[in-house]
Amino acid sequence: MNATVLRAGWSRGLIELRQSFTNGAELFSHFLWPALMVATLFFIRDLSVGALLLGALALPGILGMNAATGMIGMSQQLTADREDGTLLRAKATPHGMPAYLIGKVISVSGGLLADLVIFLVPAVLLVEGLRIGPGSWPGLAWVLVLGLIATLPIGAVLGSVFTTARAQGLVQLPFLALIGISGIFYPITSLPEWLQWIAQVFPIYWMGLGMRSVLLPDAAVAVEIGESWRHLETAGVLGAWAVFGLLVAPVVLRRMARGESGSTVAARRERALQRVG
Amino acid sequence: MTESNGIVLDVDELRMRYGSLDVLHDVTFQARHGEVVALLGPNGAGKTTTIEILEGFRIRSQGRVSVLGADPTHGDEQWRARLGIVLQSWRDHGKWRVREFLAHLGTYYAPYAVPGIRRPWDPDELIERVGLTEHAGKKLKTLSGGQRRRLDVAIGLVGRPEMLFLDEPTTGFDPQARSDFHDLVRDLADARETTVLLTTHDLDEAEKLADRILVLNGGRIVADGTAAELARRIAGEDEVRWVRDGRRYVDRTPDSTTFARELFARYGDDVQELEVHRASLEQTYLALVREAEGVAR
Repeated sequence: MNATVLRAGWSRGLIELRQSFTNGAELFSHFLWPALMVATLFFIRDLSVGALLLGALALPGILGMNAATGMIGMSQQLTADREDGTLLRAKATPHGMPAYLIGKVISVSGGLLADLVIFLVPAVLLVEGLRIGPGSWPGLAWVLVLGLIATLPIGAVLGSVFTTARAQGLVQLPFLALIGISGIFYPITSLPEWLQWIAQVFPIYWMGLGMRSVLLPDAAVAVEIGESWRHLETAGVLGAWAVFGLLVAPVVLRRMARGESGSTVAARRERALQRVG
Repeated sequence: MTESNGIVLDVDELRMRYGSLDVLHDVTFQARHGEVVALLGPNGAGKTTTIEILEGFRIRSQGRVSVLGADPTHGDEQWRARLGIVLQSWRDHGKWRVREFLAHLGTYYAPYAVPGIRRPWDPDELIERVGLTEHAGKKLKTLSGGQRRRLDVAIGLVGRPEMLFLDEPTTGFDPQARSDFHDLVRDLADARETTVLLTTHDLDEAEKLADRILVLNGGRIVADGTAAELARRIAGEDEVRWVRDGRRYVDRTPDSTTFARELFARYGDDVQELEVHRASLEQTYLALVREAEGVAR
């Protein structure tokens, strides 16, 4: 990997990021999800959970959950890029694949970051009981960065394995179910224990927990499992996903890229057209 | 491996098998530096399979292949930087703009500039060369079929390739675009920097562009030579028609000039309405394809 690849990947990422904020459809989706979340917060902000307000409890969780959706974005974009030949183009260009992946990571995480800000600014004005100050930034940064490293490679793997837009729809269902049991909108301790265990295997719960540990006052720890922020466990689980993803993704991506050729892209399009027709 | 005697493309007994189906039986040919070679054949003849193996996108079953001195299966990035590839249909990067995309792709090739080959091609110059100047700011997905195809060719050229693969490059071109494209390929060939392998099922195109034509049919090279050689070697017979004493005559001969001279020597002024039809490449081609299909059956 050399400077040219990094530079090419970086400029690819920035160009794609700019494109996603300059066309109507994508711009709409950049605002839709944050707007829905802000609306949700608006309705639940005054409900109380013990001594806490639900609004304050849910806001950090939503941040963590949104960051985890990068996985889905990565997966969908990979599938789309494979279908239209963008990946094949990368394969036909010297160092095209690494630059493509760097670009994708930059555009997806850049888009996520923007979405988080779009959500956070109105949400913070709406919700009371948060503990936000200059001291929150380093905490936010490590949870976010580690969370992205844990989820984006997994997204790339999903994108390589599930090759059609239809299969991508199926990937979203378990993801939504996981969000439901990951203690995002309500404390996880109110769920049956076996569900808690399932949730704790996946990154979404830990990204939410990490965000709560940074943005909530210390007293809020009372509704968490073991009444602890469990920083070590958070780093451990997210770290394990990161290592797993970074080991598996290159292998899966390489195998997927090896099979790409002009005729495979053409054949896939043929099948897609038949489904439509 | 290095390129020897100016041979940049060396294919020897190439075979491709999918399961029990042989797509390529025995494909053997070479191309020299700066040559324009057309791979001509009907649909399903194995043209695209052959070109994808040479591009390194498909792993062959058997045979020896060398492109710019390397086996495409193991070609590294430096090798890839010397290739230009235009596939049958691209619709990637739809949100990108023409100039933006060419300029971006060019940066990948910059480290591979060598004395004598300036890489990449300047985007504005290249856009002008393929006639897209007025569309330089457009998004790729808004281009018409022909415009998109011109862009595909520009993308294939952006790294100033030493070996250019064109898979049915002029599909969807109007006559003007086709003629512009032919000029472009001839210019590349005249500069003697780029070797071109193009597939086509358009005989006329092969005849206009190629120094040499390979006819591929049923997974075999059934003919290899210049357009004139092919026409002569295979069909080989011109048709001569004339009228003498009010009667029509038709004869076939491999050497129509000598035939005509002898005809006049014998009958002099009696020979009228002389017509000579040279063996056309089209007849040759159809004869070849028919012949090969007859063998296959």
